[in-house]
Amino acid sequence: MSGAKHHDYHLVNPSVWPLFGSVAALVMFFGVVMAMHDDYFGGVGKWVLGLGFMGVIATFFSWWSDVINEAHAGDHTPVVQLHLRYGMILFIASEVMFFVGWFWAWFDFSLFPVPIEYAEGAVTSLFGQAGADAITMWPPKGIEVIDPFSLPLLNTLILLCSGTTVTWAHHSLIHGDREGLKKGLWLTIILGVVFSTIQAYEYMNAPWPFGQSNYSSAFYMATGFHGFHVLVGTIFLIVCLARTYKGHFTPTQHFGFEAAAWYWHFVDVVWLFLFVIIYVWGGWGAPIAAH
Amino acid sequence: MTDIAATAPAHGHADHAHDDHDHDTPGFFVRWFMSTNHKDIGTLYLIFAIIAGIVGGGLSGLMRLELAQPGIQYLGTWAQALGGAQDLTAAKHFWNVMITAHGLIMVFFMVMPAMIGGFGNWFVPLMIGAPDMAFPRMNNVSFWLTAVAFVMLMGSLFVPGGSGNGAGTGWTVYAPLSTSGSVGPAVDMAIFSLHLAGAASILGAINFITTIFNMRAPGMTLHKMPLFVWSVLVTAFLLLLALPVLAAAITMLLTDRNFGTAFYDAAGGGDPVLYQHLFWFFGHPEVYIMILPGFGIVSQIISTFSRKPVFGYLGMAYAMVAIGVVGFIVWAHHMFTVGMSVNLKMYFTAATMVIAVPTGIKIFSWIATMWGGSLSFKTPMVWSLGFIFMFTVGGVTGVVLANGGVDTNLHDTYYVVAHFHYVLSLGAVFSLFAGFYYWFPKMSGRMYSEVLGQLHFWVFFIGVNIMFFPQHFLGQQGMPRRYPDYAEAYAYWHYVSSLGYVVMGVGMLFFFVNIIYSLFAGKKAADNPWGEGATTLEWTLSSPPPFHQFNELPRIA
Repeated sequence: MSGAKHHDYHLVNPSVWPLFGSVAALVMFFGVVMAMHDDYFGGVGKWVLGLGFMGVIATFFSWWSDVINEAHAGDHTPVVQLHLRYGMILFIASEVMFFVGWFWAWFDFSLFPVPIEYAEGAVTSLFGQAGADAITMWPPKGIEVIDPFSLPLLNTLILLCSGTTVTWAHHSLIHGDREGLKKGLWLTIILGVVFSTIQAYEYMNAPWPFGQSNYSSAFYMATGFHGFHVLVGTIFLIVCLARTYKGHFTPTQHFGFEAAAWYWHFVDVVWLFLFVIIYVWGGWGAPIAAH
Repeated sequence: MTDIAATAPAHGHADHAHDDHDHDTPGFFVRWFMSTNHKDIGTLYLIFAIIAGIVGGGLSGLMRLELAQPGIQYLGTWAQALGGAQDLTAAKHFWNVMITAHGLIMVFFMVMPAMIGGFGNWFVPLMIGAPDMAFPRMNNVSFWLTAVAFVMLMGSLFVPGGSGNGAGTGWTVYAPLSTSGSVGPAVDMAIFSLHLAGAASILGAINFITTIFNMRAPGMTLHKMPLFVWSVLVTAFLLLLALPVLAAAITMLLTDRNFGTAFYDAAGGGDPVLYQHLFWFFGHPEVYIMILPGFGIVSQIISTFSRKPVFGYLGMAYAMVAIGVVGFIVWAHHMFTVGMSVNLKMYFTAATMVIAVPTGIKIFSWIATMWGGSLSFKTPMVWSLGFIFMFTVGGVTGVVLANGGVDTNLHDTYYVVAHFHYVLSLGAVFSLFAGFYYWFPKMSGRMYSEVLGQLHFWVFFIGVNIMFFPQHFLGQQGMPRRYPDYAEAYAYWHYVSSLGYVVMGVGMLFFFVNIIYSLFAGKKAADNPWGEGATTLEWTLSSPPPFHQFNELPRIA
């Protein structure tokens, strides 16, 4: 060694996971391309996709295991913890901009509606034809919307509630109350799972299929990407719960937990925007679908 | 820029570390494939960018060859070589594939990796007195994701796209050409390539912002930071906030193509113009992403070779911040002809012109830095002067194009092609070469050949001007961009333009000879080969720097 380092930064050991994970990501995405073009690639796409996906998951698992081990080895000095905080905040900022794209699509369609009519799973367009004005509206003519004050409102309450339980867990952790931490985390995870279950039920009983109209495209992709983030956040919290049972986290050093909590709050806030803009405002005036 | 005087300890430790180099440096595979070292990762990025630049530059050579005379000469043969049919449609599709690949490669796999990945990685930590980046392992995943994104894009050349192999959508991937117009898997591969490259850049941006905010040496306040670091900081914010929107936009393309959504399909109520808005909301910040680090590089070099601090340091720093902020609210000037209202055109015209103000601050401050300075016209300096000159030309045509009314005539003509090649091929690329020569002694430990460097500059400078200046004339005469064939009236300037490519290519030979010669036979470089004008911290270290520098953090007076 070239003399001991006299600073608190963490000089990370060489790692194979960046290379391995990148190749796995390449295999996974190429697998998706193959699966989307089975006629050309001969039906093996799903296997390539699965292989790449396993590689990506293995990378996440191994990489973050390394991070946790380094934390326990004392590499996460105060300044390194500050790095992690900055990193997580910036990551969430980029996620916010990702959702901006989906909301942008929604506002484009809803503020500048075009004459289409939806009936029994099919869309007809009267663009530039007689009678176009009469059916130019948002939501598009023929779209029956999900009642925002039914299951979506319940889901709003569930997520808001889960925001309080994760805060309960956090305060328990800070005060050294491990049992409170476990209870808070369990409740948050259960609420997250209930949310996802209700969302899945809503999708299965939705009055329109996945694609075809601009309404359903933007609805499913915006709420779907949110749902995906809920799943990721739930897994993040489950990891935190498992780490709690293994005795990780101290009242003064528990950034892994905090990152999960921040992420959970971010997912919560996105939902509030989805609820207000897509379910309530975006469906205003349209007939409510019967459940 | 403020003078940065590092106190002694840094160097003493650096030399010591250099002596024990062998104990520190891992073996070949671990060093280059599992790296967590910002300098090695920076080197990987630079090598990668040079390879991608050869591919992208070679493509432009093929395009200039085809365009040297009217009629379609070679496209059919080339398309066949790639497995296409022997007919005109396949030939034309291959043309689209070439312009698409050229654009995507130069933007995502040459300029960005070289500027941010290469020079940013190498010199941001050195300039702020940090031992490495904040997230050394994530730094490496940024590089490898960029590399596999390039593999994905290259792979798309060998699978069906539209009417032949490869993605022929243009680098902008506009719907509906990219949706119902190109049903094959090639466009899906191009889309995923952008996803991968985008993820790499977002992770890199997080890394740079965290590093710059948290790892500055004691005493280095934000207002003492070298301007190159400022430029990377602003660039990283643009990357962080712009790329996710592109990710959303191209994800919508993907679902429109494969899963029946109607985001861009008017038959389902979708809006093809939505794609253009989302794309350019990313795309306009993207052009500043490509030029801002160049501003930073040029600032360092002008100051060094004028032996003066940069004139108006704070103005220079905040001009970049202003360019970054305003860059987010001008995107629709790329879309003046899609049928937007006059009011909207007026807004986007005015907002776009506002950007000329901070840009002007930068140009005049560079000139004022040289004013009364002790100038020495070494290779990095002549490249920087070329940058200022050529970027100004591109900036001025940019102000012309910013006018919604004027742009109605010039949109999608060679005038636009000339404009963005002046700011990129003669702007960003000149700053890349400037930085390469400036820092080559520091990175390699050897001096480059001054004669070859000067020859490279002058021949390249003459070549690119012969190549791109006549394209203004072509555009004003109405020559549309992205066409392989044209009327006889355009033949003269197209021929001149193609001759310019040959001159430029000769200039590049000097570059490659220079690298190879200097790496093996160049003179050993001193710690600071540029004298008292070079005041930033990287010049306090050995050339090349030790594997881990600043084990003792420098203190900034």
